[in-house]
Amino acid sequence: MTCAVKTQDPRMAELKVFMEQLRGTPRSESNLIAILHKVQELYGYLSREAMDEVAAAMQIPTAHIWGVATFYHYFKLKAPGRHVIAICLGTACYIRGAGEILEKLRDELKIDIGGTSSDGMFSLEEARCLGACGLAPVMMIDGKIYGSLTPKRVSEIIQGYRKLEAASVKSA
Amino acid sequence: MTKKLTIYINDKPYEVDEGQTIMQAADKLGYHIPRLCYHPKLSIEGACRVCIVEVEGMRNYVASCAYPVAEGMKIRTHTKELRTARRDIVELILDNHPQDCHTCERDGICELQRLAYAMGMRHRHFEGERKNYEKDLSSASVIRDPNKCILCGRCVRICSEIQKVNALGYAHRGFKTVVMPAYNMPFSDSVCTTCGQCINVCPTASFVEKNYSQELFEKLQDKSYIKVAQIAPSVRAAIGEGFDLAPGRAMEKETAAALRKLGFDYVFDTQLSADLTIMEEASEFLERVKGKGKLPMITSCSSAWMKCLEQFYPDLIGNVSTCKSPMSMMGAMIKTYFADKIKADPKKILSVAVMCCTAKKYEAARPELKVNGMPAVDIVVTTREIAWMIKSAGIDFVHIQGEDFDKPLGISSGAGAIFGATGGVMEAALRTAYELYTGEPLVDIEITDVRGLKGIKEGKVTLDGKEIRVAVAHGLGNANHLLETVRKDPERYHFIEIMGCPGGCVGGGGQPYAGSNSMPLDEECLKKRAEALYSIDRHKTIRLSHNNPDVRRLYREFLGKPLGEKSHELLHTHYKPKLPCGIVPQEMTVR
Repeated sequence: MTCAVKTQDPRMAELKVFMEQLRGTPRSESNLIAILHKVQELYGYLSREAMDEVAAAMQIPTAHIWGVATFYHYFKLKAPGRHVIAICLGTACYIRGAGEILEKLRDELKIDIGGTSSDGMFSLEEARCLGACGLAPVMMIDGKIYGSLTPKRVSEIIQGYRKLEAASVKSA
Repeated sequence: MTKKLTIYINDKPYEVDEGQTIMQAADKLGYHIPRLCYHPKLSIEGACRVCIVEVEGMRNYVASCAYPVAEGMKIRTHTKELRTARRDIVELILDNHPQDCHTCERDGICELQRLAYAMGMRHRHFEGERKNYEKDLSSASVIRDPNKCILCGRCVRICSEIQKVNALGYAHRGFKTVVMPAYNMPFSDSVCTTCGQCINVCPTASFVEKNYSQELFEKLQDKSYIKVAQIAPSVRAAIGEGFDLAPGRAMEKETAAALRKLGFDYVFDTQLSADLTIMEEASEFLERVKGKGKLPMITSCSSAWMKCLEQFYPDLIGNVSTCKSPMSMMGAMIKTYFADKIKADPKKILSVAVMCCTAKKYEAARPELKVNGMPAVDIVVTTREIAWMIKSAGIDFVHIQGEDFDKPLGISSGAGAIFGATGGVMEAALRTAYELYTGEPLVDIEITDVRGLKGIKEGKVTLDGKEIRVAVAHGLGNANHLLETVRKDPERYHFIEIMGCPGGCVGGGGQPYAGSNSMPLDEECLKKRAEALYSIDRHKTIRLSHNNPDVRRLYREFLGKPLGEKSHELLHTHYKPKLPCGIVPQEMTVR
């Protein structure tokens, strides 16, 4: 008996194909981590629906999947925002005031590290050195580095993203 | 033949079998190495390190539960250093544990407490960080309290290895590790079958039953109710253990007397409704044998099994008997037949079931089992809860003068008694089915093939030249093996008994905790409880359900005939597939 989730989502179709290749191989359940990586690659996080699908397809109890998903920090259990902010809390950035920057981000986005803003626009992560210590304190948004930050500049950068999204919504 | 090895324990030479662990060898030689996460029925976890011993030539102490014996091995089990190390280990476990022993439900019957005493912990060096999680009160049967959890993992292992339910897992890591259902969902929404085996094996009070004893004490004071109790077969076989008596004493009359002293107006016997179940179930089986309905027919008495069925085996729902459990049948009779008899308003009857089972709490709350809009059973308390209530009320259970059950629902046959042991329902049903089908008396009524603690038992009987093949499984893991066989080969059996707990109801999730000299689910203890029921059976003059005079009167005065209209209304029900869907992983395939 299976309890597969019925959905038309193309990501789910890709996930199913991925799991199909692994099913029936010896110790197929040992591919769980690889499958969860695939889920996160497709969805950006491990949704409950996706984990249920993995459970049904691979015949692995959900309690076990949940154990693996919560053990590794790499796996995200909440949907990330449309823009992912990684603030560097490494030594160099910290000495140069990353604490204040983090405080400003918390204040501006009303979220803590690991959270996603209520409008789904930003999520906040911490990083340990982004390799740009010369520009400390730094943060990275969707892979782009912003250096020599001040609380005021953080505010401006965030406002910039908000304006950009508002404009694109209008033109669409 | 197993190779023999010479090992030395505390400088004394011993000859032992190869291929066992130090702990297993030591156990047989009379050394009980202290232990915590170890359980003989479960896989080796090696998590707690309490069972460390010194092995000469090893750099560190080794965990004796996991380390195999070897030729010439020199083992020391209680040197000064070792005892200090063990005490430190237990002390560090306690440092993160709430120090609330005197208000804890398991005060005095806690393995961790016993261990701390044995380690000689007379003062504490550290104040550790405490856990601060919400208790999960969502389940009708089982409460989960992560704050008392010491992460021994017995609950996770019994749920996956013995029951194959896999409701529990470890989430997060390090100090933040918590044993929880998938997605941290409430227990009530998980695949948990409410069997309560996690409670049985938990060394602390991290898992306990949802306790109704205080509520029951209050209701027993309420003069506006007629208070009616029923007692499951297995309760009488184990309740003595709750008073430190040796396992295996059948104490039905003592229990009936104690319940009256607690304030019940009527004490009835669930064994009578077990006989009633047999009347209905044996008749249903014979109908199915004649071609009306699916075979194999599977029993439906075990509430944990019924929840398991709905979530794990929805394809087999049609095979399961439509009979309600003996508890629910008795509840239905109390609120209809008995209420009529004493000319009372059934709404003013408090129907209480004393059960060996935690899952019965869940069953009692099932809306489909209501009778005329009322719950058939209002409160379910376990053997543990009732034993505590008897103590709390100051009733001298050990020396109490026994009393009989009340009329008109108090007489039972021996067949009803053996319901509590694995194979008992099958044996009882076959005794009656044989006579109903052939019209001849059964000569040898003890069907020993289906008795005992083997995981899956098979047997055969001949009904008028027709061979009937039966099978019995106890524990949901064994049930899984059996049902996989049924899925592949539906013709193989005609009749199957499944009980959710190891040993059947005698090993239920609501039975007294293991005493200081035994482990939970100890086979010897389960055998003695079962033997208590078989001895009740042997000493009865009536040993067949259909010869029970109370049951006969019940049909004559009220129900009509088995499978009749009234029976269908009050004694039968139907089950539906339920989410979340259970998954039993395939056995690990070794390359």
